[in-house]
Amino acid sequence: MPTERAADWPHVRLHVVTGKGGTGKTTVAAALALALATGGRRVLLLEVEGRQGLAQLFDVPPLPYEERRLAVAPGGGEVFGLAIDPEEALLEYLEMFYNLRRAGSALKRMGAIDFATTIAPGVRDVLLTGKAKEAVRRKRDGAHSYDAVVMDAPPTGRIARFLNVNTEVAGLARTGPIRSQADAVMEVIGSRLTAVHLVTLLEEMPVQETADGVRELRAAGLPVGGVVVNQVRAPLLSPAAQGRARKRQLDAETITHDLAKAGVLTGAGTLAGRPHIPAAEVVAALVEEGADHAERVALEQSQRDDIALLERPTYELPFLPEGVDLGALYDLAERLRTQDMA
Amino acid sequence: MTGAQEVAPRSPTLDVDALLDDREVRVVVCTGAGGVGKTTTAAALALRAAERGRAVVVLTIDPARRLAQSLGLTELDNDPRPVEGVEGTGSLAAMMLDMKRTFDEFVEANADTERAATILANPFYQSLSSSFAGTQEYMAMEKLGQLRRRAGAEWDLIVVDTPPSRSALDFLDAPRRLGSFLDGRFIRLLAAPAKAGGRAYLRVISAGFGVFTSVLSKLLGAQVLTDVQTFVGSVDTLFGGFRERAEETYAMLQAPDTRFVVVAAPERDALREASYFVERLEADAMPLAGLVLNRVATTDAPDLDAATALAAATRLEAVGRPPVTAALLRIHADRVATLHRQRRLADRFTSAHRAVEVAVVPALARDVVDLEDLRAVGRHLATRD
Ligand SMILES: Nc1ncnc2c1ncn2[C@@H]1O[C@H](COP(=O)(O)OP(=O)(O)O)[C@@H](O)[C@H]1O
Ligand SMILES: Nc1ncnc2c1ncn2[C@@H]1O[C@H](COP(=O)(O)OP(=O)(O)O)[C@@H](O)[C@H]1O
Ligand SMILES: [Mg+2]
Ligand SMILES: [Mg+2]
Repeated sequence: MPTERAADWPHVRLHVVTGKGGTGKTTVAAALALALATGGRRVLLLEVEGRQGLAQLFDVPPLPYEERRLAVAPGGGEVFGLAIDPEEALLEYLEMFYNLRRAGSALKRMGAIDFATTIAPGVRDVLLTGKAKEAVRRKRDGAHSYDAVVMDAPPTGRIARFLNVNTEVAGLARTGPIRSQADAVMEVIGSRLTAVHLVTLLEEMPVQETADGVRELRAAGLPVGGVVVNQVRAPLLSPAAQGRARKRQLDAETITHDLAKAGVLTGAGTLAGRPHIPAAEVVAALVEEGADHAERVALEQSQRDDIALLERPTYELPFLPEGVDLGALYDLAERLRTQDMA
Repeated sequence: MTGAQEVAPRSPTLDVDALLDDREVRVVVCTGAGGVGKTTTAAALALRAAERGRAVVVLTIDPARRLAQSLGLTELDNDPRPVEGVEGTGSLAAMMLDMKRTFDEFVEANADTERAATILANPFYQSLSSSFAGTQEYMAMEKLGQLRRRAGAEWDLIVVDTPPSRSALDFLDAPRRLGSFLDGRFIRLLAAPAKAGGRAYLRVISAGFGVFTSVLSKLLGAQVLTDVQTFVGSVDTLFGGFRERAEETYAMLQAPDTRFVVVAAPERDALREASYFVERLEADAMPLAGLVLNRVATTDAPDLDAATALAAATRLEAVGRPPVTAALLRIHADRVATLHRQRRLADRFTSAHRAVEVAVVPALARDVVDLEDLRAVGRHLATRD
């Protein structure tokens, strides 16, 4: 049974995850899906950019256009994955509305379907978001098929346009399936059923992009979710030492003394086991590295301040030096849960 | 600083100054995966070349805000502007690509006023010039072509940054993909009814085509098709074809005065991208200057290994010493571990591409935001030890 707890997004059934490219959208979307599935829920994870990033991350063969179970969450939950192919989604459409499956397949072989989604990029986006909407609304035996849907979405620079399908198809057909689909999509995406989360690093460009993205989403009336700060490195110096370290004012004598006490330096004033390396050189190197570290931490703090100005719930995930594998995903999911993102 | 070069110890070193001083080299293209430091590298190379006496123009695509300000890129006129504060006898001009504007200007330069106005007002053109996949790459190439045609009198070296695509190969492939699409058979078929000769051809394939247009107009509305038809009708014969134009700019990248600099961070994904790109350059006979490994971990105390440092930190914490020294030891251990991890990743690249020359830039504590920072990056690029 799903455990009821006070998480931050109780009404949300569609979690859209965006961010500057390379900040960790796919990783965070997957971790969030696992977190949401924990305790016995069914969650669908959607990929829309045709990169098979989910298959790589979960270490399974490339996903077909078909929902597949990707992972089991703690407490019996399940995460399913689907890589949405706009061409296939369009064929589904032609079949549903015009009974055109066979002609559709022929057109696909000619490359015509690809052509159609290229001349009108808005159509492609409506098909992708339409699939998300359908999964959110889908029911089985009177209950929702999925408790939540998580979308690994396009990057921040394109997200508002991608989700704001109404404007996108404004110049297209005024009636017909694409139009009504766009309206139906907006009913879900523009409502409190949806939250658009932004992934960032504590670096200037991604934080700037996040702020721009939040502004654009708000202007388009789309529901801004939380900010996930990814790849955070813990500050190693105490707040008191931080300022002195940055100014290179740490006491070299104390450091030398401590290093000797710990056996790193010898009584003869050299690096243990390396008699040709003077102690002073090692101490100077450590002080320099401490200054660099303090500088980074200070910079990160100012990025945190900028993020705070956005006034959104914020979650942090640590930098994992060995990279992200399936085991690490469970760890990241648990961290999102303890911070009440799920 | 020691350690930086150690990340790629077995590779030949890229002689950046020799590259920048070589008067035969007139175009340097910086490519790589997103976020690795392409824009920074392009700006640093351009400044260094200028301060070594060359007349340089740098075409940036998406500079970080503060860097853009220091380069005077706040005026968005889509044309190079002189950069203030450059030392020496050379000169540096900089610009930031505005893709829509580049497209608009391209149309205006190639069509009479009336026809240009029709094209610019066409809804399909507007979507093509502002939101199509590949347009940014196409226009970056187009702008490079323009700068090249103006070179000689104004500049003797063009340094180009490339768009922030996921894949570095997009810069090479996207323009041709877009060109083929715009010159493709469906676009031609749609445009055909507008021309007399088209009809006979149409009759032959009309069965399939009928289904095609009827499906399209059901989906998109008849207006969209009309827009595409008008667009194709008005650009026809105008540019000598989009694909041909893309082929021409592509060929320009194979010119003997062009060099590629591939930028990578010492991370798995970025190095994989760099590998693909290097192999592609070889396959297409495009000259690679070398690889820039950017944001590499360094240490001034390479002889104090991570395990020793960590053990010492634990010991100090156990005896209750004030935490500063233990913290410094942990910071050091982290750096050494990172450096080793990066070296393993770089090794995989260098052993697959033994002849590729490498320049290494350390991970700096702060972002690269002004000319002084760019000079520092330039010095690191040119350091050979
Ligand atoms: N918390 C983390 N710690 C370490 N590496 C990470 C972390 N999050 C993501 N990464 C790595 O960063 C790279 C980009 O992540 P990815 O999720 O693919 O980003 P995006 O989908 O935004 O492009 C991948 O190699 C991934 O393994
Ligand atoms: N060697 C470096 N050390 C520290 N920061 C760097 C370094 N190189 C680049 N940066 C920073 O990284 C960010 C991304 O760099 P940028 O050159 O814009 O990358 P790209 O053009 O490949 O996307 C910028 O904020 C830049 O200041
Ligand atoms: Mg991704
Ligand atoms: Mg850039």
